[in-house]
Amino acid sequence: MSAGLTFEGLRKTFTGEAGTVTAVDGVSGVIAPGKITGLVGPDAAGKTTLIRMLAGLLVPNAGTITKPPGHVSYMPQKFGLYEDLTVEQNLVLYADLHGLDQKARKETFAKLHGFTGLAPFTDRLAGKLSGGMKQKLGLACTLVVTPEVLLLDEPSVGVDPVSRRELWAMVQQLQNTGIAVLWSTAYLDEAERCDHVMLLHEGTMLFDGAPKDFTARSEGQTWRMALPAKAAEKRELQRAAAALPGVIDSQIQGRALRLVVEKDAPAPTLPGLTAEQIPPRLEDAYLAMLHPPHKPPPIVEHTEEVGSGELIRVHDLTRKFGAFTAVDHLSFEVQRGEIFGLLGPNGAGKSTTFKMLCGLIPASSGEAHVAGFDLRVARADARGRLGYMAQKFAYVGYLSVEQNMRFAAGVYGLSKKEANERVEEAIDAFGLAPYRSSACGLLPLGIKQRMALACAILHRPAILFLDEPTSGVDPVTRHEFWARINAMADAGMTVLVTSHFIDEAEYCDRLAIIYRGKMIGLGSPEEIKAQHDKGGAGLEAAFISLVENYDREHPQ
Amino acid sequence: MTGPTVNMQRLRGFLRKEWLQIIRDPSSIVVAVILPMVMLVLFGFGVSLDAKNQPAAIVIETAAPEAQDFLASLRATPYVTPTIAPDRQTAIAWMRTGKVRAIVVLPEDFGAQLHRANAAPIQVLVNGTDSNTARLLAGYIQGIWATWLQGKAQAERTQVQTIAVQSRIWFNEAVDSHRSIIPGLIAVIMTLIGALLTALVIAREWERGTMEALLTTPLTKTELLLGKLLPYFALGMGGMVVSTVFALTVFGLPFAGSVWVLLLASSLFMLVVLGFGLMASTITRNQFSASILALTATMLPGMLLSGFIFDIRSMNPVVQVITHIVPARYFVEILKTLFLAGDIWPVILPNMGALALMATILLTITARKTTRSLE
Amino acid sequence: MLPASWTESLRRIAALIRRELLTIWRDKRGRTILILPPIMQLFVFSYAATFDLSNAPLAILNEDAGLASRELVARFSASDAFKPMARLTNGVEIKAIIENGDALAVLHIGPTFSRDLASGKTPTIQFIVDGRQSNTALIAMSYVNEIVGDFSREQAARYGRSMAGPQLVTRAWFNSNLETRWFIIPGLVATLTMVVATLTTSMSVARERELGTFEQLLVTPLRPWELFVGKIVGPAIIAFTEGALLAVLGILIFHVPLRGDVALMALGLAVFMLSVTSVGLMISTLTNTQQQAQIASFCVVMPCIILSGLTTPIENMPGWVQALTYLNPLRYVLVINRGVFLQDIPASVAFANLWPMALIGVVTAAMAMRLFRSRMA
Repeated sequence: MSAGLTFEGLRKTFTGEAGTVTAVDGVSGVIAPGKITGLVGPDAAGKTTLIRMLAGLLVPNAGTITKPPGHVSYMPQKFGLYEDLTVEQNLVLYADLHGLDQKARKETFAKLHGFTGLAPFTDRLAGKLSGGMKQKLGLACTLVVTPEVLLLDEPSVGVDPVSRRELWAMVQQLQNTGIAVLWSTAYLDEAERCDHVMLLHEGTMLFDGAPKDFTARSEGQTWRMALPAKAAEKRELQRAAAALPGVIDSQIQGRALRLVVEKDAPAPTLPGLTAEQIPPRLEDAYLAMLHPPHKPPPIVEHTEEVGSGELIRVHDLTRKFGAFTAVDHLSFEVQRGEIFGLLGPNGAGKSTTFKMLCGLIPASSGEAHVAGFDLRVARADARGRLGYMAQKFAYVGYLSVEQNMRFAAGVYGLSKKEANERVEEAIDAFGLAPYRSSACGLLPLGIKQRMALACAILHRPAILFLDEPTSGVDPVTRHEFWARINAMADAGMTVLVTSHFIDEAEYCDRLAIIYRGKMIGLGSPEEIKAQHDKGGAGLEAAFISLVENYDREHPQ
Repeated sequence: MTGPTVNMQRLRGFLRKEWLQIIRDPSSIVVAVILPMVMLVLFGFGVSLDAKNQPAAIVIETAAPEAQDFLASLRATPYVTPTIAPDRQTAIAWMRTGKVRAIVVLPEDFGAQLHRANAAPIQVLVNGTDSNTARLLAGYIQGIWATWLQGKAQAERTQVQTIAVQSRIWFNEAVDSHRSIIPGLIAVIMTLIGALLTALVIAREWERGTMEALLTTPLTKTELLLGKLLPYFALGMGGMVVSTVFALTVFGLPFAGSVWVLLLASSLFMLVVLGFGLMASTITRNQFSASILALTATMLPGMLLSGFIFDIRSMNPVVQVITHIVPARYFVEILKTLFLAGDIWPVILPNMGALALMATILLTITARKTTRSLE
Repeated sequence: MLPASWTESLRRIAALIRRELLTIWRDKRGRTILILPPIMQLFVFSYAATFDLSNAPLAILNEDAGLASRELVARFSASDAFKPMARLTNGVEIKAIIENGDALAVLHIGPTFSRDLASGKTPTIQFIVDGRQSNTALIAMSYVNEIVGDFSREQAARYGRSMAGPQLVTRAWFNSNLETRWFIIPGLVATLTMVVATLTTSMSVARERELGTFEQLLVTPLRPWELFVGKIVGPAIIAFTEGALLAVLGILIFHVPLRGDVALMALGLAVFMLSVTSVGLMISTLTNTQQQAQIASFCVVMPCIILSGLTTPIENMPGWVQALTYLNPLRYVLVINRGVFLQDIPASVAFANLWPMALIGVVTAAMAMRLFRSRMA
């Protein structure tokens, strides 16, 4: 068996307009054969730089890399599939580039097709595949030659739970053949399943060892508090818990709060609630180690009077693209102050629903009312009453934070005076003052996200639309983001979230599970768990069983 | 990264992929084949430097019979379309509003002046805004006047002695500006097409993230560049064939040189312009910048600095030096010579040499700037 | 006081225009690419675009030993147009020197030139010129006629004969020295701004789509027409400013006279920008990628330049091509620009060229708007 890949004292600096930045600073480690090594860390921790150095695409300023004799394969974060070529043509290209002869190719392709389940789609254009399938094809292209070391840069970003599970299973199969795998991720539940984990923060290695050793560090720091059922109340209690001395993180999980406290801090107490100590998870240890930089200040007074009752009413909403029905007679209501989630795998129709509700595309039939406006006649008016935050950071990178915010204010029709006031207010409330004049394209993800959120609510919308807001974001940033959203919902903001990411679904008051254009489930996360996950393994298991049941009952 | 090794399987695979992409988005084929035809027709007919049918106002203030006679000879030429103006004021107004480009005044004493030596019986005013047309028009009227005088002298059997200039224009006896413009036009069009075809192809790989994936494969620099160059070379040469056939059939140009010299020169030229596009694409790694760079560096310089319309020999010396970096300059010379004069080696060899040098430089820079890493 | 909906509309458009301008301004590379090349081009092209002949290489084959022929040759040496570069001794050398492009022309004076001149016969000289560049050939011939004409008049005076007869007096208005630069710069001002405006508008939507910022714009309350206006006004302002800058450079550095009303020119340029940016946005709407946008704008801009009269007069074109030029906004703005710079054209002429351009602008804007609506909504 080979020795895997060893690196020692790696250092990498970049010189740009803003001066010299050290991305990776003296990092050492071993990627052992037959194991999956998880590489975790927040955005800008240096994960991608490290992987690129290991793949030989960047030359380190210092340090050594000892590679095994065999092949080192690397799948970049945004794997460059040729979207205008078919699945087969993409595979053939990489087979040619890796010099596979006809005989070997036949075997390899057969193996990869079986492995990835892409066989029925060989003639489909890669651009027409779902996010999960694209990742699988990317992995297949990376694996046309069997590597000794496989480097995967955030392979599960933008991938729905079903595909994520399949992807993980594929990599485990590889691991069993003795390949050394490096899997970088921002999701700690994935890291928890790895054999070995490396935690990178600001270019240095904070931890290198088995996940359970890392988790053990925060033994005794995790508490659970059972909550009463009412939605509004639980968010209030969560905020109260977060404000307790010694509490690092508080998170709503179903009908309970999960709290992480500082080492040797006393048990958290809230009137009328009891805290019990629970075993920590990797995420708790991570949060305990990387303290959030500050507690998010509460946001007040962000909505004007918006009436009450149902702020979104959808009835028999249908959208067809030619013969294909993307959204099939959808009906639901969202109440004021509710956080409502549209959950579903890629291509299920949730984006189409979302786009119709934002007024981006018209419905083929059915009705939708948003903030009191009928979308059939007053799309632009409805748009004026909602805030929107895209999955991909969608602001002009060259503009400064303040310029982007002023644009948002202007484009929502605020007067100069109002704009001035609110921009100042938001810069203050979102802690953006230090970045006011920086080009926002160069800022770290967390700050970008804060800015995007600030822009989305400058005009005090009645409804906030979030499109996979924390996909690929590390827990520290994610928790901070959701704390803000919770505070807003408490103040009366209605929030609509689309997601295929279970962690985000946990924050919702109610969920609609969308699959193949239809709504196959509706209810609070606890209800859905109770109905569809008998084993008690959580929302993800419930979601997968719902989808699989539907497939069984309605074969395509 | 290994040296200039080429593995045929890898290269074939890469070429196939490039070709599939070209077919999927046929805009490249449109650029290479349709565009030259459209441009040749439009430009071939649109660009003409001969001043013909120029509107001129004639003011006749005299009753002398010769005036009508002169008017008749003005009418007889294709260069001037005369219109009688009632008086000078009207003629001047016409000129101001752009209705006419010249005014010819035959004053009251025209008849008397006519018989005096070194007198000036006729005045001509031209609109100098378009200086070239003005000069040509003035020349034409002068010529008509001289011919008319000579004819009159012969008729009256007066002894007039002049020095006769026997002008002969080689390679283009009829001074048909199409003959000199079309070969130049082909060069300009091919410059644009070559740069357009390749300006985006490498930048696109960077922007779409496919380059990082390619870098993880054993694909060598040479294979990458060949893979990008060859398909567009084929397309570009296709465009060249289309243009040549068009020039010979639609515009009836002669072809005095030999085909293989044309083929060789065109190949060299294609390498230069494709090389430029690839370089722009490689350096900027950004489609927006690459395309603006490629367009500004080829479109107007190709038209104005290549000798296609404006003679390089008449330019400011500094600008003349600058024209040496415009590849179209060399190809314009070669094409004009091949079409109109023949395989004239003293012209063709130095220009081909220049093209070969430029191709080498551009492709070397591109190769240097193409890295097998992300830095 | 405007109704509230109007005020909000204007605020939204203003915000969008500000964003468009800032986007281009804050991108260092974009800024450089938009500003530097047009200025450089103005300089280079102003020096390059000349139909004047200067120092054209001339070979001389003088077979005559007389004084008159030497005087004639001296005339050629003294002229700015020609520069004698070789003395030939034999007629067979002519072929090579022209073919190789070493000389533009050969002046061939026969052995009996002086004798014929003295005896009152009509002496003949031969002028052989390379026709590969037909325009140069024509101009060279007109210079030769001028030089020989002057010479023969003087000879006539010397021998006391009546020679060439009455003269024709030619004067050129508006550009008395027939400077090509005066002709080309007012044209370049419009042409270069057209290139900038078309490229920036045509690529803007495709670029935003590729960057993902377009969707964010679409979810704002911006109405399609507001988005449309913002998207064309931004680039129009940039291109207009650039045009003004180029015009000022033309006046200060190249001393092109400015004889007419600047307001007319500004109005002309503004109307021109409307039609150009509308076309740009139409391209933008119809294309999906930046590559397609770039190719399409090129296919529009290039014929517009050729069929505008920028370098060659429209009157020379065949009828059907001339008819096409009426669709070309550049055609009209060139007349206005040149008219204002050199001629002080009356307002009536300017308006005669303004309204067709405005019509083209309105029609293209309406078409672009329709397309934009159907694609965006």
